[in-house]
Amino acid sequence: MNLSKILKNGLLVVVASFVLTACAVQKKTTLAQGDVYTGTDSVEYLASGVKDRVFFATNETVLTTASRETLRKQAAWLRKNSKITIVLEGHADERGTREYNLALGERRANSAKDYLMTYGISSDRISVLSYGKERPVDSGSTPLSWSKNRRSVSVKAN
Amino acid sequence: MIFKYLILFLILLPIKAFALIEVDITRGNLSPLPVAVSPLSIDENSKESFSKILKKENIGLEISIIVENNLRQTGLFNPLDKDAFLQKPDIANLKPRFEDWNLIKAQALITGKVTFVDEKLRVEFRLWDVLAGKEITALAFTTVPSNWRRVGHIISDKVYERLTGEKGYFDTRIIYVSEEGPKTRRVKKLAIMDQDGFNNKFLTLGNELVLTPRFSPTNQMVTYLSYFRNLPRVYLLDIETGMQEVVGDFPGMTFAPRFSPDGKKIIMSFAKDGNSDIYTMDLENRIVERISNHPSIDTSPSYSPDGKYIAFNSDRSKYQQIYVMKSNGKNVKRISFGNGLYGTPVWSPRGDLIAFTKLHKGKFYIGVMRPDGTGERLLTENFYQEAPSWSPNGRVLIFYRETKTNSKGEGFSAKLWSIDLTGYNEKMVETETDASDPSWSSLLSN
Repeated sequence: MNLSKILKNGLLVVVASFVLTACAVQKKTTLAQGDVYTGTDSVEYLASGVKDRVFFATNETVLTTASRETLRKQAAWLRKNSKITIVLEGHADERGTREYNLALGERRANSAKDYLMTYGISSDRISVLSYGKERPVDSGSTPLSWSKNRRSVSVKAN
Repeated sequence: MIFKYLILFLILLPIKAFALIEVDITRGNLSPLPVAVSPLSIDENSKESFSKILKKENIGLEISIIVENNLRQTGLFNPLDKDAFLQKPDIANLKPRFEDWNLIKAQALITGKVTFVDEKLRVEFRLWDVLAGKEITALAFTTVPSNWRRVGHIISDKVYERLTGEKGYFDTRIIYVSEEGPKTRRVKKLAIMDQDGFNNKFLTLGNELVLTPRFSPTNQMVTYLSYFRNLPRVYLLDIETGMQEVVGDFPGMTFAPRFSPDGKKIIMSFAKDGNSDIYTMDLENRIVERISNHPSIDTSPSYSPDGKYIAFNSDRSKYQQIYVMKSNGKNVKRISFGNGLYGTPVWSPRGDLIAFTKLHKGKFYIGVMRPDGTGERLLTENFYQEAPSWSPNGRVLIFYRETKTNSKGEGFSAKLWSIDLTGYNEKMVETETDASDPSWSSLLSN
């Protein structure tokens, strides 16, 4: 299951980087690549250069290239600070039914968790909590707002 | 002698043909039945006693207003203005002068009487067919005075049942989630109110996030999701005693709970390691059974009223769609095949339809389809709405709707709405605060 997910992620990375290079020039001003938020609004830092969150496409739980880079940095930081435990809080945007979004948030957080685990972080240092669409960071009703809300946030638990 | 009988017979015959006031509720009713709800008559002593206890000047009038409002809300009846009534309540209740009621075009007349007897409220009421000139239903009962609003609801149920041929839904309550505060930091509490919005009561304090309360068919219990101690779990709450207990204490998140039709089990989703499946828990022996087993998201389960099937939504075909399976998890069949995503299937208490939420091209719809997926009918379209819940007679759906915010992210609100199964009579349900996740109880009486 984990392996197939990682392979799937890998495939997406290839496709995504393709798209990224194609769009990078024209879309510099927008903050979302396709459907995935790429800006830094609402982003906080666990440590210098270590972003606390990753973003997702609508109805998706796969990690983008940027997300994987963020998570690798988080993993490195966690390896250095071996006493820290984290909660991965998974979220969805408001454009879905409440219950499905709870499940989706859980899946997104686990997608981040699986990736951290492949970079050597033990599962007992990571817990997962889904908020579904209950805790948006952006209260707007626009595709950009929704893209900021589709996220998994790593929160220090101790 | 024979001649006399013959005349009588002849006169009765055409009248009998009129004695059929009946309301067709299977279609959208564009000409609601004109009905006169006379204030219930009340003697001076009773009036005084009730006004002391209930702080209501004329309880007979108040009860008739409850009936009037209930009937108007259905969209099937048109309660006439009381100012036009020619007959006094006490006389009307004894023997209405039908010509007077006919004159103001009332087709049905409701009269009654309230008295204060041994510290109790005694009520009698009669439903009259004005054209036929006869009583078609009568009922008398006694209850504690504090139940006076329920008296109005019970009368409404009897009237509705007699005139439509189907059970009413007025003596019922709605449990919902009360919402306050900014969208990014919403405070949510469980709240309960009578079906007409009165007697609102908060059941939790708002210290933790609560979602998706659902009534048990037995009415005493509610199951819901609480984030108590940041552990999202399914809970059971006894509304009468206020006792709460966790039922879905699994090593992960439990959510999307509902009762089985007999009230003995809770069906819910359990999410672990990125996968949500459907489980049941027997409330007596606490035995947990896994019902679905699939790497996709399976959630929002709802039993058919006979308990033999379960409708749920799953993204096993990539996007959220509605499926039906046997209650043991076998024979899974997809039933939604229209354009868009489908979620929150809820089986009608009559068993013939499944209500759902649909998302298509950026719009949300509440609709119904048969359990085999045929006959899809969309009742209402909006920016955001979901979570239909059926009235106990399966004629009306209540759901919640959220508004779009402006460019500054302001102006968010969530409200309850109801709509007739026909797609007519869409109405906002007034609540003290913003509201979501409504669940309709079954009838409190009988």
